Amino acid sequence: MIWNKQAECMPAHELKSLQLERLRETVRLAGENVPHYKKQFADMKLKPSSITSLNDISKLPFTSKTDLRDGFPFGMFAVPQSDIVEIHTSSGTTGKPIVVGYTRSDIDLWGEVMARCLSMAGTTRDDIIQNGYGYGLFTGGLGVHYGAQKIGATVVPISAGNTKRQIEIMRDLGTTIITCTPSYALYLAESAEEEGLLPRKKIKLRAGCFGAEMWTEKMRDEIESRFKIMALNIYGLTELIGPGVANECEHKNGLHIFEDYFYPEVISPETLQTLPEGETGELVLTTLSRVGTPMIRFRTRDITSLHREPCKCGRTVVRMARITGRSDDMIKVRGVLIFPSQIERALLEIKDVEPQYQIVITRPHHLDELEVQVELSKKMFSDEIRHIEEFRRKIEDNIERTINLRVKVSLVEPKSLPRSEGKAKRVIDKREI
Amino acid sequence: MKLKQISVFLENRKGRLAEALETLAQAKINIRTLSIADTSEFGILRLIVPDPDKAKKVLEKANFTVKENSVIAVMVDDRPGGLAASLRVLSDANINVEYLYAFVEKSGEKAVVILRTEDVDAGIKALKTAGIGLLKAEQVYKL
Repeated sequence: MIWNKQAECMPAHELKSLQLERLRETVRLAGENVPHYKKQFADMKLKPSSITSLNDISKLPFTSKTDLRDGFPFGMFAVPQSDIVEIHTSSGTTGKPIVVGYTRSDIDLWGEVMARCLSMAGTTRDDIIQNGYGYGLFTGGLGVHYGAQKIGATVVPISAGNTKRQIEIMRDLGTTIITCTPSYALYLAESAEEEGLLPRKKIKLRAGCFGAEMWTEKMRDEIESRFKIMALNIYGLTELIGPGVANECEHKNGLHIFEDYFYPEVISPETLQTLPEGETGELVLTTLSRVGTPMIRFRTRDITSLHREPCKCGRTVVRMARITGRSDDMIKVRGVLIFPSQIERALLEIKDVEPQYQIVITRPHHLDELEVQVELSKKMFSDEIRHIEEFRRKIEDNIERTINLRVKVSLVEPKSLPRSEGKAKRVIDKREI
Repeated sequence: MKLKQISVFLENRKGRLAEALETLAQAKINIRTLSIADTSEFGILRLIVPDPDKAKKVLEKANFTVKENSVIAVMVDDRPGGLAASLRVLSDANINVEYLYAFVEKSGEKAVVILRTEDVDAGIKALKTAGIGLLKAEQVYKL
């Protein structure tokens, strides 16, 4: 279902001229009002009038998370604080949090893009949405909330956590759409199985938008087959707006970016040069209509690629591939760069292995060691030690084939690894460097 | 002649074995015999109990990974070479023994071992043909 045909199916030339007009306005707004950009543009002798085509965007400087942190708390605002009606902050797990501000029009914009995302999952005003994203400073909860309200669906603002309650609500209220992190969705499936609601009994769930953390096709299969629902990938980030930058349509071949509001580029994280469409690199996004905190060429650190071949759904906006890693989350073990998602893929290629794992990095004798703890599933358990050992070696071999590094795999008891109610913490780095 | 055995996966973590045994104690399940196979990483606890289905249920409820398997209870002469004679029978019949462990109690004058062969039915047949005594489940629980 397409929420805004005009915007989502716009002919390319119309989209480009709209983007250029909005980009120039954004550059003007940021250059005149945001101290950070004002200074940067002055240093570079850059005038909004020097942007005459979309290609000129490469003249603009990048914005990093550090820039936002340095502006803490209100240094990135383009309007007086009195025009800001809402504030969100990023989790601040890597230092001081970053603050983004929303004007009333920004909140409207957010509701609009989230309504587009939820419509991709088939949401209408008749649906009941169980919103399992955290409400609060985290953007997930309220983002979905605004989109659902725009559509006129019934939102159950249950927020993250309280698994027992989630299951009861799902059953008693007859939830049809669910939104939460994919790892939490799998945790919910586990609990629903224990409560006897799965295999599907007494639940009406039809689809879900899952995001806010990296996940894999295998996890999608798992969520879809356990709940018997359609599981779509949603993308967004606090610095830009929150969830609602992009979402998959029912064809699940990449996430449609709402290009009328967000301008995407993919760059090489090493050379910082813009890469041609189709090539894999770091996603860089520019807001085109945000007023509170306009963002110019924000380096997301997310690794993806852009694709413009026509999609069966009829949308003309570009699609981004599922994120396969983070340019700053890469783990360097014995000099080898590794994405946790590579290990996850290697694990899940093996039959009967469930996606519950943790990567522990240690440096016992001046040499990095990587241990992957994997929960032993019921199907993997055999009465004979050699069968379990074979399983373990198979996992080790498969990981080695994928990342070219021998790791140690430990099998741990089912449900013994910590379950996340938000973003799954997959890597524990115990090295003292 | 098959006997049900409960196997439990134990992560190599302090107190995990005690937790498993306490779970059984709370359910008032009396262990007839047990063995532990262990590697540096994990262990497998194997149990013979009078009510294996109930034991499986309570252990699973306590989040243990449990499997039910068939084993054979073999009576062997309590003298040097008693066990060797039984194993010779299996070896001659080309049947692999996966593992075995002993029973604390005797059955009359005979010692009792719990034995698992790759092919349990073939194991039972070979032992019976050679005239080696096997115990039924009910007999085992009464020891």
